[in-house]
Amino acid sequence: MSLLEKDEKQGKRIIITVIGPDRVGIIAGVTGILAKYNFNILDISQTIMQEFLVMMLIVDSENSTIDLSELKNNLADKGTELGVRIDAQHEDAFKFMHRL
Amino acid sequence: MLTIQEIMETITMVQEEHLDIRTITMGISLRDCADNDPRAACRKIYDKITRLAGNLVPVGEAIAREYGIPIVNKRISVTPIALVAEGSHTDDYLIFAETLDRAAAEVGVNFIGGFSALVHKGITGGDRKLLDSIPAALDTTERVCASVNVATTKAGINMDAVALMGRVIKEVASRTADRDGLGCAKLVVFANVPEDNPFMAGAFHGVGEPESVINVGVSGPGVVKRAVERVKGSDFGTLAETVKKSAFKITRMGELVGRSAAARLNVPFGIVDISLAPTPAVGDSVAEILEAMGLERCGTHGTTAALALLNDAVKKGGAMASSYVGGLSGAFIPVSEDAGMIRAVEEGALQLDKLEAMTCVCSVGLDMIAVPGDTPAETISAIIADEMAIGMINQKTTAVRIIPAPNKQVGDHVEFGGLLGRAPVMPVHRFSAADFVRRGGRIPAPIHSLSN
Repeated sequence: MSLLEKDEKQGKRIIITVIGPDRVGIIAGVTGILAKYNFNILDISQTIMQEFLVMMLIVDSENSTIDLSELKNNLADKGTELGVRIDAQHEDAFKFMHRL
Repeated sequence: MLTIQEIMETITMVQEEHLDIRTITMGISLRDCADNDPRAACRKIYDKITRLAGNLVPVGEAIAREYGIPIVNKRISVTPIALVAEGSHTDDYLIFAETLDRAAAEVGVNFIGGFSALVHKGITGGDRKLLDSIPAALDTTERVCASVNVATTKAGINMDAVALMGRVIKEVASRTADRDGLGCAKLVVFANVPEDNPFMAGAFHGVGEPESVINVGVSGPGVVKRAVERVKGSDFGTLAETVKKSAFKITRMGELVGRSAAARLNVPFGIVDISLAPTPAVGDSVAEILEAMGLERCGTHGTTAALALLNDAVKKGGAMASSYVGGLSGAFIPVSEDAGMIRAVEEGALQLDKLEAMTCVCSVGLDMIAVPGDTPAETISAIIADEMAIGMINQKTTAVRIIPAPNKQVGDHVEFGGLLGRAPVMPVHRFSAADFVRRGGRIPAPIHSLSN
């Protein structure tokens, strides 16, 4: 499975990861925040690893109304509410580590 | 193209395996701050540090948030103060240490390195004043770190300085006796000191460095340990390859953070120091990597070979990952800062002599070692001399950071807390080297220094 194949939007993309026990409302909760602050979802992928839900979203922050650190705070609050861990990181944190 | 597995791997490294950026260190030249009037010099030093490093901490925190990787320390290194203060009309350099301490507190960094002198071939007037000021400086300041280079492969070993440092270390310990000799944890004696090392306590801003620079130190023993555990039972080629790949990934994060910090602070990016720096946290230990390779305890026979493999593989993986590698770059083996080392000492598996052998194949030296408080100054000097000889002959950096723990004996512990950790007091040889140390003069440079 490959994410981040689209090369447009380079440098504006944020990777959101959700890890925790599966339950109703996780996608709705996360995407609700993204829609509210105008982050465009480029890709969603999810899988179950052992008993945990692992979901990843790649979003474009070009026209968003809040910055990355505010987004992180919003997502962390939602994660606490849903009982899962939600994090958002700049795409470079992943691209740099695995690619020259 | 990133895969879901790669994204999960990065997240696991940070969240479960303690991957972090150990330090962003801003090097600042203070050569333009010299002044006849020591108070004027100190004013210039304070102004320059607070002006250049004012944004260091907020920038570091912003980068940590954006990339989701902890940046544990933000620090500053400066031109060796002996070079800056030498032009001032004063015999006491304590005022310079106090100025550094205030500037560090103002910008919010926990350590500032560079209360230093380079005396590998001889001691100038300014050097001597600095060395004499070290005990008071480390006693009365909180954040200042001192280092003294007493040997190089090119110059040999300045045994006068080695003898002096034994006495200085004893005095620092006695002045900070109420804190278990904490001052000694902020004092390093070097051979072949690197001029761009971002790690404390030995960091300073070398004379060949630019006006200001950002150097980054990575960490990540936990990541390497997990990787080594996954190839249990495989041959050495596979083991080395596994360590290399982990080191590559760790170093890439350092490169990313270093470039970002340099761009945002508008100063040049210097180097990534690709060292494996342990912390007292369980699982964040270099000793545990060696044990994961198949040693029952760090310090037993085979430890030197295991460390040699680890250190070399870290360099090879790291060198691919960064355009500019520098500093110490290798595995650190500080006893008090590594839970596995502490356990190995407590269980009798690891002694001073084995640690000395280990320093022949890794990046630093005898680091954060506590010895009995009644150890004579000459014995400490002799321990330093051995370590300097290893560095000089092998054309590598070696260092000694030793704590003669006041009023403590073998079996006791010193407690520093935080990243400095806790150290069991280790025995030293009881036979004297005093007549050797007292000879004075220099040990000549080795034949292979004649390379021109």
